[in-house]
Amino acid sequence: MAVEIGGIGHSVARKEDARFIRGRGNYVDDVKLPGMVYLDIVRSPYAHARILKIDTSKALAIPGVLAVITGKDLVPLKLEWMPTLMGDKQMVLPTDTVMYQAQEVAAVVATERYIAADGVAAVEVEYEPLPVVVDPIKALLPDAPVIREDRAQKNNHIWHWETGDRAGTDKAFAAADVVVKQDIYIPRIVVASIETCGMVAKFDKVEGHLTVWMTTQAPHAIRTVIALVAGHLGLSEQKIRVISPDIGGGFGGKVPVYPGYVLAIGASVLTGLPVKWIEDRSENIQADSFARDYHITAELASKKDGTMKALRVKTIADHGAFDAAANPSKFPAGLFGVITGSYPFEKAFVEVDGVYTNKPPGGIAYRCSFRVTEAAFAIERLVDILALELKRDPAELRMQNFIPPQAFPYKTPLGWEYDSGNYGAALKLAMDKIGYAQLRKEQAEKRSRGELMGIGISSFTEIVGAGPSKHFDILGIKMFDSAEIRVHPTGKALVRLGVKSQGQGHETTFAQIVAEELGLPVGDIKVEEGDTDTAPYGLGTYASRSTPVAGAATAMAARKIREKGRLIAAHLLEASPDDIEWKDYKYQVKGVPAKSKTMAEVAFAAYTNHPQGMEAGLEAVDYYDPPNLTFPFGSYICVVDIDKGTGEIKVRRFYAVDDCGTIINPMIVEGQIHGGLTMGLAPALYEEINYDKDGNIQGGTLMDYLMPTSMETPSWETGKTTTPSPHHPIGAKGVGESATVGAPAAIANAVVDALAHLGVRHIDIPITPWKVQKILREKGVAE
Amino acid sequence: MRVQLTINGASREADVEPRLLLVHLIRENLLLTGTHIGCDTTSCGACTVLLDGRPVKSCTVFAVQASGRTVSTVEGLEQNGVLHAVQEGFTKEHGLQCGFCTPGMMMTSVALLERNAAPTELQIRQAISGNLCRCTGYVNIVKAIQHASATMREAKAEKEPATAGRA
Ligand code: FES
Ligand code: FES
Repeated sequence: MAVEIGGIGHSVARKEDARFIRGRGNYVDDVKLPGMVYLDIVRSPYAHARILKIDTSKALAIPGVLAVITGKDLVPLKLEWMPTLMGDKQMVLPTDTVMYQAQEVAAVVATERYIAADGVAAVEVEYEPLPVVVDPIKALLPDAPVIREDRAQKNNHIWHWETGDRAGTDKAFAAADVVVKQDIYIPRIVVASIETCGMVAKFDKVEGHLTVWMTTQAPHAIRTVIALVAGHLGLSEQKIRVISPDIGGGFGGKVPVYPGYVLAIGASVLTGLPVKWIEDRSENIQADSFARDYHITAELASKKDGTMKALRVKTIADHGAFDAAANPSKFPAGLFGVITGSYPFEKAFVEVDGVYTNKPPGGIAYRCSFRVTEAAFAIERLVDILALELKRDPAELRMQNFIPPQAFPYKTPLGWEYDSGNYGAALKLAMDKIGYAQLRKEQAEKRSRGELMGIGISSFTEIVGAGPSKHFDILGIKMFDSAEIRVHPTGKALVRLGVKSQGQGHETTFAQIVAEELGLPVGDIKVEEGDTDTAPYGLGTYASRSTPVAGAATAMAARKIREKGRLIAAHLLEASPDDIEWKDYKYQVKGVPAKSKTMAEVAFAAYTNHPQGMEAGLEAVDYYDPPNLTFPFGSYICVVDIDKGTGEIKVRRFYAVDDCGTIINPMIVEGQIHGGLTMGLAPALYEEINYDKDGNIQGGTLMDYLMPTSMETPSWETGKTTTPSPHHPIGAKGVGESATVGAPAAIANAVVDALAHLGVRHIDIPITPWKVQKILREKGVAE
Repeated sequence: MRVQLTINGASREADVEPRLLLVHLIRENLLLTGTHIGCDTTSCGACTVLLDGRPVKSCTVFAVQASGRTVSTVEGLEQNGVLHAVQEGFTKEHGLQCGFCTPGMMMTSVALLERNAAPTELQIRQAISGNLCRCTGYVNIVKAIQHASATMREAKAEKEPATAGRA
């Protein structure tokens, strides 16, 4: 029975694959409307400059160029600035000053894509370069040029945020036997989903109605934002339809509103024509979706026997020229407060300062729940540094310290309540599977022969499922999520959700939840997302919140239907509702299995033969507001070999144990972990966006931004433990980002472990062959 | 300029600018949107199609260069309602997530299996190293291609049963 239903726990093949493997997906750039024109963007070559003049005449003289939009054209529409998610504002187009390289300066609208590009090349802009500051530490110096004069800023400091017990932590450090301290820089990286960002905007002048197809992870929130920003132009919420069709990967980069979107809408309003804007990859890498850029100083205090006591962390966060971080607004540093990780510190104190620099806005999550990767990296690096200091095995030191399973729900010194966990079990499984003891022996032998091999562990705790609306909001909109289920007369169902898949397989996973709850075969359930005209209001998919929040909404909506169905079943079976139970995916008269009704039979009756006085139909909506976040966790072990000649690092093995509570589709979950691990490998060894002192981006294309290919990516090995969330209706926790959060520390720890006997304690990521070779040369062991 | 080409078995003609890229001809003029664009530097492989049977990144070929030649795209893989073994492999082994890289990835795989029916894992990884995927972590893509390789070899063995033995 269970197999036919395809409910929770089954590796059901993905429904969405049917169109993708035939080339029949419908991504934004596939949308083609009659009369559609194209928009392309002029971008600044300077990181900081005053605009003296924009000459559009040559561009306008090109046949096919319909309009050139500059910041001054947007002023009468009050659209030259837009609000960011963090209460700051961001330029759509500058009226006088550009603040980072590749910033949008003007937009060209033309009848053809290539003509729009010709127009861009023909726009002449005269700039007066201004002093540039790209290093946030220098940006805080008193003589640094002030970037945001528009905000009447006297300096480049945006905000200070702190959490925990400063005095108590200082006291604990003063009394500690051992203190380890490390500066850790986590560089700027970029999401770079293979599909870039884009929009098709169609403004209907007669109706005053706007329809947009756009690459967004949060269509409803975007619709509200458009209404808030452009309401004065008559674009009120009921006149806006946001469609997020198939999306080619998001990873956090498709949460914000970029100026290109606003320009496409503006151009459609101005021209009265449908306008398509699709950004190039180089624009995507140079101008949006930046993550990390955290300068961390972290200290850990412990007893001689290795018992960890206190944690103290100071961070400078580079937010670029506009504070546009995607964050729940009460937490300017996002969920960085989860930095105490898997350990029961008695005291902790964390402070973060946000800083403006001449870089594009940072603070995207890059497949991470709002700064959790930075937190996990710092704590897992520190634990290894402590192990080195105490000459202890890092696995054993972790085992000694883990929050014990019986301590959950566990309240951290920084105020989070972890729902459930069994950290020791995950690490033990990973150690057994990879053969940890044997590997340590092999390492000792190799070391005696002068070979370099390292083993790295990361036992991380994630924090996902934003969020309880009492703590979480976006621009004041509380964070919940939604599901609407309609069971049709013939027992087929339509499910509509407020979240939006970008490859996570929602059409299958959410159908499985409904299948499990309603006993309808998964093939009979259709899942729809991403159209604000049809889907219930939700906050979208990012920060691994779909299963923890919308998954819960789906289960709760299904349970409402099941309850109504029970009354209908009682009516059909001529029994008291109290005597009807849900068993084996059917309604049964208690103790009389022969007297039963399937959901399909009940559904038909809901439209043809429902009890008198009952509303017809079988539908339900649920807006789920989680009581708490969920805390998936895992233990990863990485084995690396290092070439003493080239400094090259080879990830020989990587075993990942994840615990995300109840698993709905094991195949999809494993796929999410593989993808997440690869996006964790990337910043550990390859990816980084650098700027020179003049703010020129170094490596702004896929030619030089090193994304792992099939050749760099190891054959991931995965395992699981299952510790359901006690407060989630089906016990699920969310998994999409865990691996990205956990992997970098495991890899960095492995590399440092390989070099530890040479006196190496830390290397900033990405750990490139060049960095390793430099160390080997310094230590005199390079070949 | 006039281009004439055979795409997925059908002869098509179009008047194009000399600078038009093949990928835009395919997507915009011929309305076959399965071939995607992921970059502007010939790095990602999302636009991979077969030109006279060989994989090319169609963002780096001018439409006029394809004139008089044969182009195969993802839309041509399914024949008479039967999926290509590579398509089967990708869905069975969960070799795709967002699906954006998938058409290019599959075209590269088809070309690989045409010239090497039984590639090793390393050969597969080498073959697809010009196709970036941000979602899957490649492991399942490798499995998908191995799956396709096995089914294609089985199908071939069934078609020409004992010939090899007798010869
Ligand atoms: S679009 Fe052709 S290689 Fe990226
Ligand atoms: S499946 Fe998303 S890029 Fe490959």
